[in-house]
Parts: sequence; structure tokens; C-alpha cells
Amino acid sequence: MNLRRSLSRASLGLLSWLVALAFLLPVAVILINSFKSGAEAADMSLALPAKLAVSNYEAVYKAGNLLTTFLNSALYGAGSSALVVALVLAAAFPLSRRKGRASGAIYFFIVLGTALPMNYIAVMKVMKALALINTRLGMVLLYAAINIPISLFIAYGYISTLPREIDEAAVIDGCSPVQLFIRVIAPLLTPIASTVFVLDFMATWNDFIMPLYFLNSTSKWPMTLGVYNFFGMYQTQWNLVSADIVLTSLPVLLVFVFGQKYIVGGITAGAVKG
Amino acid sequence: MNARKTYPLWFSFGALGLYFMLFFFPCLLGLFYSFTDWNSFRPELNFVGLANFRNLFRGNTPYLLYFGNTLKFTFFTTLWKTLVGFALALLFTRRSRFADFHRMIIFSPQVLSFLIVGLVFRSLLHPSTGFVNLALDALGLGVLKQRWLTDLAWVWKSIIAVDTWKGVGYVMVVFIAGIKAIPASYHEAAIVDGASFLQRVVRISIPMLVPSIMVVTVLNFTYGFRVFDIIYVLTNGGPGYASGVMNTGVYKEFSKGDYGMGTTLSTVLFFFITAVSWFIIRGMRAKEVEA
Repeated sequence: MNLRRSLSRASLGLLSWLVALAFLLPVAVILINSFKSGAEAADMSLALPAKLAVSNYEAVYKAGNLLTTFLNSALYGAGSSALVVALVLAAAFPLSRRKGRASGAIYFFIVLGTALPMNYIAVMKVMKALALINTRLGMVLLYAAINIPISLFIAYGYISTLPREIDEAAVIDGCSPVQLFIRVIAPLLTPIASTVFVLDFMATWNDFIMPLYFLNSTSKWPMTLGVYNFFGMYQTQWNLVSADIVLTSLPVLLVFVFGQKYIVGGITAGAVKG
Repeated sequence: MNARKTYPLWFSFGALGLYFMLFFFPCLLGLFYSFTDWNSFRPELNFVGLANFRNLFRGNTPYLLYFGNTLKFTFFTTLWKTLVGFALALLFTRRSRFADFHRMIIFSPQVLSFLIVGLVFRSLLHPSTGFVNLALDALGLGVLKQRWLTDLAWVWKSIIAVDTWKGVGYVMVVFIAGIKAIPASYHEAAIVDGASFLQRVVRISIPMLVPSIMVVTVLNFTYGFRVFDIIYVLTNGGPGYASGVMNTGVYKEFSKGDYGMGTTLSTVLFFFITAVSWFIIRGMRAKEVEA
């Protein structure tokens, strides 16, 4: 009995490692090949390179216009996420506190956006009319608009868990609604603000549909579109493409490692509550 | 305390306005344009009635195929992510020193861009230089080699597998949270009564996870219906039109300059998703009333 139990324990442990390795394998192949010479990377195998070709990274940095695209991605990600946090926390507060028809309708209407498909071509028309097409400001506003629905959903649930007695005490002490929100409520919302910011930042960083439709000048491209373009030019040189992939993924992986708590918290808060 | 005064609705107007202007209003505008021949070649706009919608059903157009493919993608990715995600959740809720680490690895594809994942797998699945075929050769299993992304018999299996690889970590995390919320006493009581592991999974874990399963299914559906990135990067809808979905179709029409037809496809998707959402919400309300 005991032997059987420890055997099954060991085999489940082995299975866990195998599964984890299977998920790691594609990443490992890319990482190894990013350090190979061009000839070695003609076969995308797990064979280790004869010597580390760090020069791949230099070549990619020069050819891939990496600094510009990095700064663009950072601007789109940070700008739109900050905007979403400000707009959504302000919106979620009255919407989750009031029980009326109007607030319910506004909440439902915005959250519907988590399911609806964007009409990209018509968005192009609107962006043109507002003189936002092919501008960085347009990208920031567009990403904010896309991320508002899911962010509102997450923030709304969180605010409902804050006791109303806080509001009452503040109002009795003479707080105006704006003071109540900025001085009393907003500081309590730091955890959910971080979650919303991290999730939106990653979603924006990873996106490449918006620039595909709405940006035609390369100087405004984010990293994702940069890497796609790079792939188009250097398709046969997988060592360079791999290095570019590593450099593009690195920032978002770092955000993931350091912001893990917020990400998983956001997912389960949104999903388990339902 | 007066709720209307303390919680002014105008606090929400910023979010509402931006969302309306750049997201919802274009959906309505698109409905209008779907009755026109709007394109990039001529400046004037003509009403063409239902011509774009009739185009959907003409035999020589790929649009119905796109629609069917979208449903197929949604159904199979939802199914696989749920099944595999559940199995992984069971495996990684065991008490083990490395469980957190393993979970993090399995979740990590979730934070990568679809573009990156697509490029990585285009490399891995390359017929002559890709890792998968090379590994099969090295293991002496050369007969199993496939043209994974260009063979009609394999292209959908490959796409669904890649998408499952990327998205299953999310489902796993939701299920793990759900499993951990099940009171330990349920399992303890069942063990005392002599229930096997399988019996406990079927009789306790799965019924208790129904809310999580519903949430995950809704999320997977809304993702699947709107899928674009992974298919665009892996196959660009090919070979031919075989792996095209609604949103790759929209982009094709956009590139051709046939904006009217493109917004028509978006509009069809819009109404389809709205209808599905309506049924889901109604179903959930009915459940709440029962409970």
C-alpha cells in the first residue's frame, strides 16, 4: 500500500515536470537559436551553438529599429493604461454604489464591450474624422477605449467589497463627492488600480492589430509590428528573428514575473466571482 | 445620505464617452456602411441595399466558410482548453514543492503576444527546418512528419493545438482557484466513505466547479468568435481560404480596399455575438432565479 502510494506520488511528480517542460520547450528552442550562427540556425533544433553569437543581438538592435519601437510600445502601454485606470476607477465608484436603473444600464452597456467585436474599418473612419489616424495620441486613446470594458468589470467587483460606512463617515465629516472619491476612496483602490494597470499594459504591449490597421508610418510602430516586419525581411535567418523575439518578449515577461500577484489576482477576481 | 448626490453619475462619463466614441459608435456606423459600396478606389458612396449581405451566401465567396471556421475554432479551442485546463488544475493542486513554479511556467505563454507565439510556432512547425519534424526524424518517427500548417488535413489541428498551448494556463488558474475554494471537509468525508479519486472528481470537484466552467466558457467563446491574431500570423487564412475566419476576412477586405464588404462581415459578427450574449445572460438569470 505504502509502496504503491509513493510510486504514484513519484509518477505524478514526473508527469508535472514533463508537462512543465513541454510548455517550456518552444521558448527554449527560440532562446538557444537566438545565440546560434546563421548556418547553425538553419536547423531549428535544440543542439547547442558552438559558440555564443551575442552579435545576433547587436545586429537585431541596429537593423530592427528597436529603440524607437520600444519607446512607442512603452508610450502606448503606459499612456493608455494610466488613462484607463483614471477613467475606470472614477466610473466604477458611482456605478457600483448606486442601485438605480441608469447606473445599471451604463455599467451593462460598457461591460458588453468585453464580448463585442470591434468594427475596425468603421473605427478607421471615426479616427480620420477626429484627426487621430496615424497619430500616437490616437493609439493611446484607442487602446484605452478597448481596455475600458474589462477593466470596469474588474474594478466594479472590487469596489462593491468596500464598506459603505466609509462613505457615510466621510460625507458626515463634510466631504464633497469629488473629495470623497479622491481623498478617501481612491487610496483604498491602489491594489485594483495596479491589477488593472498591469493587465492593460500587457494587453496593449502584445497587441498588433491596431497598428496593422491604423498606423502606416514606421516611426510610430510598436515593438510587435517591428518584429513582424523584421520577420518579413529576415525570414531565412532564424537566429536573428529569434533574437528579435527574445528582445520583444523580455519586457512583458519581466512585468509578468514582478507583477504576477496582480495578474493572477485580477484573473481570479474577475472570473471566480462571475 | 442621498446616493444621487454622493455618487454623481458624471464620474462615469469619461469612460462612457471614450468607449462610445471609439468602440460602440463605430459598430453602429459599420452597420450603416454595410449597406453601401464604400471602397478605397472611388470617393463617392452608393447605397447598394442588401447586396453585401447577399454576397455572403453566393457560392463563389469564402464568407460562409469564414463563419463556419470561426464556429469550429471557437468550439474546439473551448473544448480543449477546458479539458486540458481541468486536468492540469488537478495535477497542480497536489501538495508539491514545485507546484507554484510549474503553474507559473504553464501560465507564461498567456503573457506573450499572439504575434510572438505565432512566429515561434511557424518556426517549430516548419516542414523542413522546424523543430517538430526534426525531432520526429531524430526519434526515428519520420513517417509522422507533416506539413503542419499547409496540409488541409492538419492545418486546423495545428492552429487549435497552438491556441490551446497559449490559452490553457489561464483556464488552469481559474480552475485551481475554484478547486481551492471547495471545502476540504467534502473530500475528507468522501474519503471516509471510501470514495476513489475518480469518484471524488466526478461527484465533488466537477459539480462544485460549474460556476468556474461557465465563466471560462463565456471567456473562451468571446475570444474565439473574435479571433484574428493567431490565425493571421500562423497561416494568414491559408492554404487558400481553408483557415480563414471572420476577422481575417475583414482584414482581407480592408487590404483589398473593399470597405463595404469588410464592415458587413464585422456587422454580421456583431449581431451574432450580441444574440449569443443575450441567450447566455438570459440563461444565467434563469439559473439565479432557480437558485
